[in-house]
Amino acid sequence: MDGTRQTGGGNGVKLIFAWGFVGIPLVWGVVQTLVNALKAFH
Amino acid sequence: MAILSFLDKERIVAPPAYSRWLIPPAALCVHLCIGQAYAFSVFNLPMTKLIGITQSASEDWKLTQLGWIFSLAIFVLGTSAALLGRWVEESGPRKTMFAAALCFGGGFLISAFGVYLHNLWIIYFGYGVLGGVGLGLGYISPVSTLIKWFPDRPGMATGMAIMGFGGGAFIASPLSVWLMAKFSTPTHVGVAETFIVMGLIYVCFMMVGAAIVRVPAPGWAPEGYVAPARPKPLVTNQHVYVYDALKTPQFWLIWWILCLNVTAGIGVLGQASAMSQEMFRGRITAVAASGLVGLFSLFNMGGRFIWSSTSDYIGRKSTYFVFFALGTALYATIPYAGAIGSVGLFVLCYAVIFSMYGGGFATVPAYLRDMFGTRYVGAIHGLLLTAWSMAGIFGPVLVNYIREYNITHGVAKAQAYNVTMYVMAGLLIVGFVCNFFVKSVHERFHMRAVEADAEVEGAPVFGRQ
Repeated sequence: MDGTRQTGGGNGVKLIFAWGFVGIPLVWGVVQTLVNALKAFH
Repeated sequence: MAILSFLDKERIVAPPAYSRWLIPPAALCVHLCIGQAYAFSVFNLPMTKLIGITQSASEDWKLTQLGWIFSLAIFVLGTSAALLGRWVEESGPRKTMFAAALCFGGGFLISAFGVYLHNLWIIYFGYGVLGGVGLGLGYISPVSTLIKWFPDRPGMATGMAIMGFGGGAFIASPLSVWLMAKFSTPTHVGVAETFIVMGLIYVCFMMVGAAIVRVPAPGWAPEGYVAPARPKPLVTNQHVYVYDALKTPQFWLIWWILCLNVTAGIGVLGQASAMSQEMFRGRITAVAASGLVGLFSLFNMGGRFIWSSTSDYIGRKSTYFVFFALGTALYATIPYAGAIGSVGLFVLCYAVIFSMYGGGFATVPAYLRDMFGTRYVGAIHGLLLTAWSMAGIFGPVLVNYIREYNITHGVAKAQAYNVTMYVMAGLLIVGFVCNFFVKSVHERFHMRAVEADAEVEGAPVFGRQ
């Protein structure tokens, strides 16, 4: 995995922030949708 | 303009230590925002009560009038992607993502003004036209950039971004509902304020993507990756100029492949709720149907990543063969599921169909890259999105027309969709045949080395306008 090898300390922090920045809202949206879907089935 | 030179393609060439894994989040910053388009319908009902507040007044807008906002935005998405694709490719991703942010966010702000003045034409222009340009620019630019950063796994890379487009609605829908609840009062529906807040959020979010994004240095390749000396079957290592691609049968075959796959999917996507309730009357309620639609949307999103990543291993052509063969079988099975009353089989068929609908969108940029190379893949992808615009019209019309025809000819509602399913299966067979005829692009369409090198240096290629 070139990405892993290229990643120094600075890049590692940037990667965590960047993926967290997009990942947290996405996971929140998916969880909301799943919760609503389950509510509907109940 | 010198003040905006930080947007130039030459200024965003990645330094050697730059990790390419920063590009997918940059792309997702844009696609998660523009994916909001799929959730625009949450505003429709509140916008029919802007004057009446608790119920629609005679001066309030009708749902049919409001439906045009989304249709216009999707139409402009396709046309702007087709018309501006070459500019996107030559200006680089930061400039185009910056422009997309201004257009998309600006569209929301103008629409807020339209809501405030209660003038629908301002909203048509704001969200429909300006926002639609933002959608088109934002859709193709990150995809093209990802393909250049991930020559070893283009399917997976584009799948990540296009999965974001599918996932954007999951964020936008609850966020919009929450904001409207916050801003609404007994005498006011909080749509205008919600538009302003969402417009500002989206501009900021997309600007982060524009700030992060970089283009690879000329000649860059992932560590350990060696481009095959002899191209693999159906994967070129040459480049085709954007307008030369239009002269190839491959472009038009892939155009039909996308159009047919999307027509079949989008046609039943809008009818999933009604169809499930009518086929299983008394067993699937309206509330359960809305939950099913949410579940199908998750499969639509997941399929974008899973199928496009799979295509890196089994090849693009084989992936579409699976879509068309399996899709045909599944569409033909749905009437049987209705006949035996099997909700489980119905849900399973639909879930896989929607995963392949999303997968078709996500795999097509990599298919184009295999056929036409990386140089103008964004622009060619932009031209191909006209297939989406066409399918967006044909699919729903086909489903609704066949259903109405059946019902007016005495077919029970539970069976009214059977013919539709068989027609959709037929469309996929045509898609299978189109896919069968896809061969490598003839070398007479390949750019000469000098042209390709000139493009790398950013110089225009004269005589090919």
